[in-house]
Formats: sequence, structure tokens, C-alpha cells
Amino acid sequence: MSDQSTDSGWFAGNTADDDLRAAIKTGSANVPTDWPAVAVDTDFAADAGDYYTTLQEATIEAAREAVAKRQAADDQQLLHAVRAMDDATRTANELAERCTEWAATQFDDVASGIDGARALATHEPTDPVAERIVSLATRIDDLAAEADELRGFIERLVPEVAPNLAEMAGPVLAARLISLAGGLNSLAKKPSGTVQVLGAENALFAHLAGRGSSPKHGIIYTHPAVNGTRPEDRGSAARALAGKLTIAARIDHYNGDMRPEIHDELDDRMATIRARADDESADPAEGSQ
Amino acid sequence: MTELPDGVQRREFDGRTRLATRGQPVYGEPTDGEWRCWDAGRSKLGAMLESGMEIDLTGDEGVLYLGAASGTTVSHVADFAGPTYAVEFAPRPMGDLIAVAEARENLFPLLKDARNPETYSHVVESDLDVLVQDVATRGQAGVAVDNARFLGDDGQLLLAIKARSEDVTAAPQSVFESVCAELTEAYEIIDRQRLEPSHDDHLGVVARKR
Repeated sequence: MSDQSTDSGWFAGNTADDDLRAAIKTGSANVPTDWPAVAVDTDFAADAGDYYTTLQEATIEAAREAVAKRQAADDQQLLHAVRAMDDATRTANELAERCTEWAATQFDDVASGIDGARALATHEPTDPVAERIVSLATRIDDLAAEADELRGFIERLVPEVAPNLAEMAGPVLAARLISLAGGLNSLAKKPSGTVQVLGAENALFAHLAGRGSSPKHGIIYTHPAVNGTRPEDRGSAARALAGKLTIAARIDHYNGDMRPEIHDELDDRMATIRARADDESADPAEGSQ
Repeated sequence: MTELPDGVQRREFDGRTRLATRGQPVYGEPTDGEWRCWDAGRSKLGAMLESGMEIDLTGDEGVLYLGAASGTTVSHVADFAGPTYAVEFAPRPMGDLIAVAEARENLFPLLKDARNPETYSHVVESDLDVLVQDVATRGQAGVAVDNARFLGDDGQLLLAIKARSEDVTAAPQSVFESVCAELTEAYEIIDRQRLEPSHDDHLGVVARKR
């Protein structure tokens, strides 16, 4: 198999095509080197031209195999990642509350929340109680760090699974929509009215049972197009956004191209909706932004 | 206006003078004989070259291209440059990029994350002349600084900063300032220019490795 020592090239110790491709996919090195020269020196290639020909065959095949592997069920990975991130964040917050409340009996000036726990984790414990508190705080710090890592992972993964949805909604909201729908495939098949209230199921079913008004928005409330619009116009904003998000999800699922025009269309529509507030601010009662 | 590298020319397409390179067409661009139009509206590097930024290219350079996507821009780069390593993290556009690479013997596609250069340092050679970067992630300056290891002395960075990838809510100008400040860790900035109207909220940056 591939040579695992960190500073040799992808071709070191390999001759079979399979091994070369595997080395490209999984190998690594700390610093690059003049690989073509090394390859010629070590008789891997006759000359630079020969090296580049072999390199191209290997990179193309390696990329093709890696694509096939990665494309399998990417949106399902996203679904798990976003749920894990939410669980990690919620648990870290709950534990941080517990920990800082406890710590306040032992230390002065304990800040609340995860920042408080992070500060506690740096303490040098002097007695058994402090030892437990600091140990707990350390786990909370780790858990919060894992939540951040998961967010970073999601931010990288979403644009490849759903480029248009990621561009329009931002990676985290896009991941939440995919997670709530149960996958990009199911999201692409939902009508925009459903997308509009995804995440507001309790309110929706209460409404359908005859209690309360119909929800204007679900999770898409977190999008600046909705929460940045004045309350009177949020229903319109949510409807417009949900419509475009649905189109974005369908393009991503069925096609996968980046389509800049649908993002411009949403911007235009939002500008029209927000202009209503400006029109009315001619009135003495000032409309909120 | 800076000189265009060998292999890139200004030619007439539909009554307008536009950039063109020689190679197999990739994305339905207009062609004129063996020349194919380099659409500045679809390529940030194309827009940077067309607007006459201080870019020093002569042709046949060794290039590392981060964020190659479907290969729209990198196909033109490979038309005039030497060995061209194209890094892209997303599997879907990689399918198109592979097709582009198959038609160009000097283009090497790598399905890798530009934020982890260790994962391709065993393939990409050192002392390259040019690093082109067009990645839509947070931390674009960090990516450029981390990948400076592939550049030789005086190697050039051609970077398109996308403000909305760093922070959708912040003013683009302040995003550009902070990204440029972070770049100076590894680079000296030669030229910078907004890429409007062809690319909203993007800043083109030309820099040299320190």
C-alpha cells in the first residue's frame, strides 16, 4: 500500500495503479517538494513529461472514485451532522448552566454559560470539589468545541450537497431544512407552503385543529429576509423566501448547477416587500425596518 | 494595462473585444476558430485580467488552483499555463472538472479540501509560480496563507474574495479590509480591485509571497 511516511510523494513505493490511486486519495505530506524531479531521480518516471502523464491518469481515476464514494448519501450525512450539532450545543448549554451554578458556590466571579465554563476549565483545582467542577467544565469546553467543529463541517458540506440552497439560506439553515424534510430529495418534493412552515409543526397542527392562527413561518424565521423585515410584512417575506428556497432545493436535487439568477430574483422581491415599509414611513407613525 | 500571457489574446466576439484562449470548449462559450472566449462574467480571474489588474503572467506557469468548481476558469488557465493542479472539494462539480481535465494533458484534478493542504502536499509540487484561489468558505485569507507553501520565491497569489462567504451581514468593504490584513501574514498585496459589475461583492487581489 501507500507509503505512510509524511514526506514522500504519492508515487513512493507504489507501482500498481490501484496503489497509486489510493495514495492520491489518502496520502499526505507536511511540505510539498519538487515531485517531478524526485520521480525522475527515483526512476518512477523516465522524464517530467512521462511523470505528468502518469500523474494525470492517476489523479483523474482517483478523483472519479472519490466522487462516486462521496456522492453516496451526502444529504443523509448532513442530516445527522446538523442534529448532532444541535444536540451538542443544547447539551453543552445545559451542562454549562449546571456547572456555573455549582461553581458559584466555590469561586468568585463565575460568568454564566459556556464562556463561564471555559474560564472555569482553566482553573487549577485545589480540593476535591473544585476538581469535579473543573473536570466538568473541561468536558463542556470539549463539547462546545465539537459543536463548533460540526458547524464548520456542515458549512463545508452543504455547498456541495445543495449549492443554491446554501447560497440562499446560508449553510446552517439549509442543513436544518434538509434535516427537517428528511433529505434533499424529500425537500425538493415539498410544496413551498410546507417549506414555509417547516419547523412550526406544533403551531400548524394547533391551527388545523381550530386553535390559533396559521403560522407565518417555521425555521426560515432565522433567515434575515424574514426576521429583518418588519412584523406586518413577515408573512409576505416568508412566502416569497419559501418559494425561492423550494426552487433552489429542486435545482440542487435535480440538476446541481449554481444559478445566480434565482438569488437576484429573491433580492428583487425582498426589496419590493421592504419598500412598503418605506412608503408608509411617510406617515407620522414610523415603521420599523 | 498589463500584458496578457502567451496563449491569451483579446479577440472580437459578437462585436465586443473579449479575452480568449486556445483549447476545447467547456461551457458553451463562443469560439473563433481554435480560440474560445473567456467569459469575464462567469470567471473572476477572467474579470481580473480583463480589467487590467497588475497581474504578471507570461504563460507556462506552474499553477495551483483552489476552488476549481466545474472547471470554467481553470480550463482557460490550463490552456495557457504549464502544470495546473485543480483542487475542488465538492463531488458534483468534480464530475465536470474531470471531463475538462481529460481534454487537457496538463490539468490534474484533486478532490481535496483546500483548508487541509497536507492532504495534497504529496501530489502538488513545490515552487509553483501562481496560486489562484476562488473558494466560497469562511476563512479565505487563512486558506491563502496556508497554501503559500506551494509557491516559489516571488510566487503570485491571484485571489477573488467573496464577501458574503465571510459574513453575510457585514459590509463587504469591512470584510475585504480584514481579509487583506490577514493576507499580509504571508503576502505583499500588489493590487486590489472590486469585480463589479460582473461579480457583486467580490474583491480581486493580486499579491506576492513574502
